[in-house]
Amino acid sequence: MLEVRGLTKRFGGLVAVKDLSFSIRGGEILGLIGPNGSGKSTAMRTVMGVERPTAGSILLEGHEIGGLPSHQVARRGVGLVFQHSRPLNRQTVLENIKVALLPDRLTMIFASAEVDAQARAIAERVGLGAVLQRKPPTLPFADLRRLELAKAIARHPKLVLVDEPFAGLTASEVAAFSELIAGFRAEGRAVLLVDHNVKGVSALVDRVVAMYLGEWIAEGSAADVMRDETVRRVYLGGALTRVARGSLDTSGRTPALQVDDVEVRYGKALAVQGVSLHVHEGEFVSLVGLNGAGKTTLFNAISGLVPHNGSVRWAGADLAGATPAAIARGGIVQCPETRELFGDMTVRENLELGGHGLDDAERAQRLEWLYDLFAILRDRERQIARTLSGGEQQMLAIARALMMKPKLLILDEPTLGLAPVILETLSKALDRLRSTTRLTVLLGEQNVTFALPHADRLYVMDHGKIVWEGLPERFEAEVADNYL
Amino acid sequence: MRSVLRVSPLPLATLVVLLLGVSLPFVSSGYVLGLLTVAFYTAVFAMSWDLLFGFAGEVNFGPTFLIGLGAYTAGILDARLAPHVAIWVCVLAGAVMAVVGGVLLALPALRVRGPYFGLVTLVAVLILQNVVVVFASLTGGEIGLSVPDVMSISASTNYWIAFGFMVVSGAVLFGLSRSPIGLVLEASGQDAVQAGALGFNVAKHKLFAFIVSAFFSGLAGALMVFYMGTASVSTFIDISVGVQIIIAAVLGGRRTVIGAAIGAVFLIGMGELLRPLGELATLLVSVMALFVVLFFPDGFLGMLQGRSRGG
Repeated sequence: MLEVRGLTKRFGGLVAVKDLSFSIRGGEILGLIGPNGSGKSTAMRTVMGVERPTAGSILLEGHEIGGLPSHQVARRGVGLVFQHSRPLNRQTVLENIKVALLPDRLTMIFASAEVDAQARAIAERVGLGAVLQRKPPTLPFADLRRLELAKAIARHPKLVLVDEPFAGLTASEVAAFSELIAGFRAEGRAVLLVDHNVKGVSALVDRVVAMYLGEWIAEGSAADVMRDETVRRVYLGGALTRVARGSLDTSGRTPALQVDDVEVRYGKALAVQGVSLHVHEGEFVSLVGLNGAGKTTLFNAISGLVPHNGSVRWAGADLAGATPAAIARGGIVQCPETRELFGDMTVRENLELGGHGLDDAERAQRLEWLYDLFAILRDRERQIARTLSGGEQQMLAIARALMMKPKLLILDEPTLGLAPVILETLSKALDRLRSTTRLTVLLGEQNVTFALPHADRLYVMDHGKIVWEGLPERFEAEVADNYL
Repeated sequence: MRSVLRVSPLPLATLVVLLLGVSLPFVSSGYVLGLLTVAFYTAVFAMSWDLLFGFAGEVNFGPTFLIGLGAYTAGILDARLAPHVAIWVCVLAGAVMAVVGGVLLALPALRVRGPYFGLVTLVAVLILQNVVVVFASLTGGEIGLSVPDVMSISASTNYWIAFGFMVVSGAVLFGLSRSPIGLVLEASGQDAVQAGALGFNVAKHKLFAFIVSAFFSGLAGALMVFYMGTASVSTFIDISVGVQIIIAAVLGGRRTVIGAAIGAVFLIGMGELLRPLGELATLLVSVMALFVVLFFPDGFLGMLQGRSRGG
């Protein structure tokens, strides 16, 4: 049905997808998996025609569709179930489905009765029959996902692409969606599921293709791919190492950061559900979890950037109602995944802004210490931040956070999209911080290899919940398989 | 709860407004009629703008680019060629020219997004304004262009023409917004990527919205020239005129088409009622507009809908 050969997609200098080949037959479900930034979503969007391929060919039933605009790809029988969408909020569910059934013509002044009947049938099929006359803002999250599914299948696509089919759904909803997707297979359609890990889709898929940094790394049954050496290395790192240090005696002491039963909602999706964790002064704690597990949301709740239920206590005081600025001044500094550098300022200006609260002598001293920690920043002092490489930007982001003299540094995905050599530099810097300062660190990572060596303690987060807590040495034996 | 006795209020209200509108000249003074005539043309400007912004999602800060093109094309044709061409030919030429302008404006809209497109539309207005001033021998420049023909010297006739034109334009634009095309347009405006993945040619639909919006803007501009007898930068092109139109559409309630018309009539009426206050009038109207936008972002119609939903 679908044959992708040598697909390459470049964004400027970044190669998002590199020489990727795979195929799907009718009546088959293929899982395309890879960690965040592996290019799986880009590959899917290129098949749909949202992005133009840089090279390679995409054949649908033997006809080239690579490079066609998406509305033409759609007309040839490809449908995409979006993960996030913006439905028409002022129209009913039924009308939203009808939109997907309308022809692409400007002469269509009145919709036919046939469209109405079809829309009702589709709604019934995906389980929206009871809410036809409701408007999207009043629907629960799972029903919004059903609506996406309904729109994607309205035109009877031969190939259905599904982006993260189960993100944000409860177990029973996952079962219902699995059944719907299995239904497509039974009808002879080809299905491509894009997801972060094999585990989530293993019950459903016939075959899995794994990607990493834009490249094909493994293919086979779900079990085969989970056993594959390369895949294990990508998700878990090679040999899981850890650097022990004199154990921190925390017994009997009150944790510096105490998070109890925190819950965060984005609209209807429950991003963080009843999370409790604690961090002692001077401790390095890692929070590992795949993209979408809720790590960033939890960090934002701690930093006061998103409203939440439950309590966050810092140094004995409840942070409820404190503004993000007050929390930052209190010593909790977050270094966000997106880095948020001042792109048009130089490296030095970025750092000085980080230390604007310090007096001149202290600022100069701190700057010197950071230039020592990240030597490359000294060389780049006069360079505009935007023009730095990804790794240098990450170092600058961390350094700027450290300029604020944090007591607790929250590092969110510092390794995202960085090359291995950079990871080593960051790793060394973290080691130095750990052995030479009293800094407390909460590190959010999906890269376990990076997170493990620097952790005194580890939490594993999945679907908004903490699913495991323990010492790094127990990680591989107890939860590593869960993580694939 | 829907009861059998309750008649849907919308058709009834429409009928009442239509009857009132048509019969007004029999009871009202020429002064009020003149005011409403201008208000009705402004209503068409605002409704055309709402189709582009509310449905296609294109932020056009320069509605007067399209209006001005229509008005000046019609005016210049008449001033140069009268009495050899009929008024309706000039008006039609104005509308066609505005459509050409609309297509020109659509080209950058399909390339650049959001604030950048908004900037392009602002610059388009400034360019048109400069062209009018520079080619003063043709356009009348800053003094304005007077046209030899007017539609009618009767206030009532002018009023009826404007009213009829507004009703027809409103019906077409409203019908369009509620048709399948309107739905697809709204979907394209909200999420162009998804609309494309559903098989809709987003570019084609947006281009269509530009053409329709430009057609009605140009037509209204041209007709207004033959009502006023003159065309000047300050009435047809100036940025502040465009801002008035945008405020009118937002006041009335965006994505409603009809709301835009209500907003326009309200805005012009208010401006006139408060005129004795002098400069203060503009300030008061602006403050009111600010209040509505801040606290009732869905405008007048949004307030009504909100109340009926709550009750």
